[in-house]
Amino acid sequence: MDTIYALASARGRAGVAVIRISGPMAHAALGQLCDPPPLRVAKLRNLLWQGDIVDQALVLTFDSASFTGEPSVELHLHGSNAVVARVLQILSTMDGLRMATAGEFTRRALENGKLDLTQVEGLADLIDADTEAQRKQAVKVLSGAIGQKVESWRQNLLRAAALIEATIDFADEDVPVDVTPEVRSLIDTLLADLHKETANTSAERIRDGFEVAILGAPNAGKSTLLNALAGRDAAIISDIAGTTRDIIEVKMDIAGFAVTLLDTAGLRDTDDVIESMGISRAIRRAASADLRIFLLQSADEVLLTAPMADDLVYLGKSDLHGGQGLSGKTGQGIDQLIEKIGEILQNRTASAGLLIRERQRIAVQTGISALTAARAALPMAAYQPELIAAELRVALNALEALLGRVDVEMLLGEIFSSFCIGK
Amino acid sequence: MKHFDVVVVGGGHAGAEAAAAAARMGVSVALITLRRDAIGVMSCNPAIGGLGKGHLVREIDAFDGIMGDAADRSGIQFRLLNRRKGPAVQGPRTQADRALYRAAIQRALAGIANLTILQAEVAALIVEQNRACGVTLADGTTVRAGSVILTTGTFLNGVIHIGDKSHAGGRVGDAPSQLLAAQLADLNLQRGRLKTGTPPRLDGRTIRWDVLDSQPGDDDPVMFSFLNKTPFARQIACGITETNERTHDIVRENLGRSAMYGGHISGVGPRYCPSIEDKVVRFADKDHHQIFLEPEGLDDDTIYPNGISTSLPAEVQEDYVRSIFGLENVKITQHGYAIEYDYFDPRGLDVTLQSKSMAGLFMAGQINGTTGYEEAAAQGMVAGLNAASNARDLPPVLFSRAESYIGVMLDDLTSQGVTEPYRMFTSRAEYRLTLRADNADQRLTDKAIALGCVSDHRAAAHLQKMSDLAAAKESLTCVSLTSKALLNAGVMISQDGGRKTGLEALALQECSIDKIVALVPPFAAFAPEIQDQVAKDALYVQYIDRQEKDIQRLKADENMNIPADFDFDALSGLSNELTLKLNRHRPANINQASKIEGITPAALLLIMAGLRRQARHRLGA
Repeated sequence: MDTIYALASARGRAGVAVIRISGPMAHAALGQLCDPPPLRVAKLRNLLWQGDIVDQALVLTFDSASFTGEPSVELHLHGSNAVVARVLQILSTMDGLRMATAGEFTRRALENGKLDLTQVEGLADLIDADTEAQRKQAVKVLSGAIGQKVESWRQNLLRAAALIEATIDFADEDVPVDVTPEVRSLIDTLLADLHKETANTSAERIRDGFEVAILGAPNAGKSTLLNALAGRDAAIISDIAGTTRDIIEVKMDIAGFAVTLLDTAGLRDTDDVIESMGISRAIRRAASADLRIFLLQSADEVLLTAPMADDLVYLGKSDLHGGQGLSGKTGQGIDQLIEKIGEILQNRTASAGLLIRERQRIAVQTGISALTAARAALPMAAYQPELIAAELRVALNALEALLGRVDVEMLLGEIFSSFCIGK
Repeated sequence: MKHFDVVVVGGGHAGAEAAAAAARMGVSVALITLRRDAIGVMSCNPAIGGLGKGHLVREIDAFDGIMGDAADRSGIQFRLLNRRKGPAVQGPRTQADRALYRAAIQRALAGIANLTILQAEVAALIVEQNRACGVTLADGTTVRAGSVILTTGTFLNGVIHIGDKSHAGGRVGDAPSQLLAAQLADLNLQRGRLKTGTPPRLDGRTIRWDVLDSQPGDDDPVMFSFLNKTPFARQIACGITETNERTHDIVRENLGRSAMYGGHISGVGPRYCPSIEDKVVRFADKDHHQIFLEPEGLDDDTIYPNGISTSLPAEVQEDYVRSIFGLENVKITQHGYAIEYDYFDPRGLDVTLQSKSMAGLFMAGQINGTTGYEEAAAQGMVAGLNAASNARDLPPVLFSRAESYIGVMLDDLTSQGVTEPYRMFTSRAEYRLTLRADNADQRLTDKAIALGCVSDHRAAAHLQKMSDLAAAKESLTCVSLTSKALLNAGVMISQDGGRKTGLEALALQECSIDKIVALVPPFAAFAPEIQDQVAKDALYVQYIDRQEKDIQRLKADENMNIPADFDFDALSGLSNELTLKLNRHRPANINQASKIEGITPAALLLIMAGLRRQARHRLGA
């Protein structure tokens, strides 16, 4: 019997978030994080992982007198997305533990005689909603812009699996003997895409925050804007060009996202060694930020560094020239700017929607490691194709949540449409 | 009036295996067939086994069935398919001498004391209170039975097509069973129509063998039965030739006259067994297709040209066959034809192949929409074992997907139904690394012995083999080898690796039985086939360990049976749509329910809760 875990409370920011762990390894898993308290006694514990405090949590342990009827643990964490994601991620690395599938806690409770029919019926709607929402979400994601990408993954994976299966099940038929070059290229494409998907940092950014850099020529009003956004005097403001030399960071909340605003040195050619260092640092840092706001002094200004996609370009100090634009001093356009930043970040996290859930991230990781193993086994395709096929099957199963179900009939369909089977 | 525990209708591969299996369970059995001498006839290609199919034969043999031994006794060209690949995907196959095969089956059945063979036409099922209680014969005789197994193959409303000519028939030369078909039509069972085809048969004496390539059998033939070691019959080779552009032109020019392309046939044919018409149309870019010329027997000049089944008119068959290299002067002894037949939707059956709508009625073989002798025989065996258990009020004999190809097939058929004639492939088995042809006895024979359907001779041989295997494994697991010792013995392994047991070492890619014998001398004491089996078992250990959790979960779901009379309508909280689907599919267990489209975990929970409540009621009552 596996030990399973999952967030038992609703997702999102809240006062408290509860993670439930159930199964034979539940207490041992807790033991890796803190000193487990006695059964059914709530204790405050620092959860430690690799020397770092992850969170301070109220911890409860149960024996078989639990919700599921199995040894269980409840971690009452601070209800932050970051903390929950981190704890789930830590649990996923522990041997013998896996993320619970939808309704699995309830199922175990039922199997162990802990719930009666009426209770199950009471719970059914809730679970139904959850899985139905997940399914709808998957469908929505699939039908959107990412749909084509996922569809190509699906085609590639199906094709790779079908090629290998064809050499196994139709060995005495007229199928190509060496399918490895095509399979290798399919797997390589898939792996590159999946790696890119996990490397897409938007999901992580939700946890760790986005960086937004303010760029512009000296005296464009960057520091004034920063202070206006931050609502306090974080940066020194003067009429002297080049006042800001190092990077000033201010953390704030925009549309529910954690954002770090960066005020940078004004961009200009200069002989001042220290200012020049500040400028090149500003350019580097801004380039690695998630979003840049450019403040222009005139509409035809040429910047030292070019805006990237999504970047915002405004005419600064609108209080002076009276036109459209931004003014940190009067607050003109500030609300719209905040709204615009929120909108952009929202879009980014939506398009990273595939892997927002820890469950999906784990699925893609499983897929990646199975595909990597399949690729490593390819040189043995002539002798042990069944091992490659086994890895591809693991990958298919793991990615089922993203690709939809791929069953044997589809594999056979691909084989029969590609090769003339039937001697 | 006669009375038997089990009556089997039909003497094909499903019927023969069903009768034998039921009889092994110790009940009285009657097999009723139109022609006693046609029992065990191979109506299509003269071969047994292959990938997936060979696995099924081994599983039948593990239950002491008759197909494996009959194939060994009649095999004239044994080939282990995928010999160079891993044992999980190797499948035994043989060309069989038709006459020898039929004789072996008939002899096996004749030797069973509690089995009676009746030559007669079954006119009707006897149904009382919606339970099958026997059959009435065409001459009016009543044969009563505890359970009835229908294995009527393609005989139900069979229509044979050659070009635009067609006539009713079950197999060339045999009449279809129309009386029974008419009654079954009234039983309100879902049915569909399928088709299959067969190639023209050739006179081997008119083939230019001297110009053709040939394919010999294996040098060390592998048998089907765990009890046989070497072939019984003389071994021969098959000839190989191929179609050419001219063949394809002839086929193309006459497509409109083909029964299948001329619109005379509505049934769905198998994609994996296309006719020559299909091949020419669907793979137009291929300028040739391979043909195997398979002798039908040692003393038989008939040749089965595997790869050119057809429903073209007779004269076109003559033309295209003679366009093929080596067949320029060939004489066709029997023309190819397509046959359309009825099958009953197997989703109307539970996993023991008993009808959900009529107790005591079992169905096995092509009547369930499958194709192939092996698929038919395996179903026959399942139906036979269960009809016997049913007649005696014993618990059903169940097969899990995690334990056998038989389990995979039963689950596929009864939960998914069929859209084309169902054939086994190894890719259908998700636990393919565990379900190997070489370990079918290890997987199943203990279970068969416990059921009491295994001869003393086989049981003794099996127990001996299991104890030898255990001892051989033990001799390896009790030895711990350093990576240095392994390197010295020629096993390439990184030096930083820790110690390995002999068994773990044997699983290494670079290891071999010879190298292990050098490292662990006591292992040499075991017979080569035992050593070989230990090596095969060791090969996939790490993969199988990884699958173990999945297998446990699957088995738990399969074991949660949903009774045939379970009332889905009484479950509050289920949507109407799901209730409808559940009523239509009537899943046999939670695993099957989980595969119905749209089923949510919540719905499964409700069903499970309902099952618990029902169990409590029954306990209380």
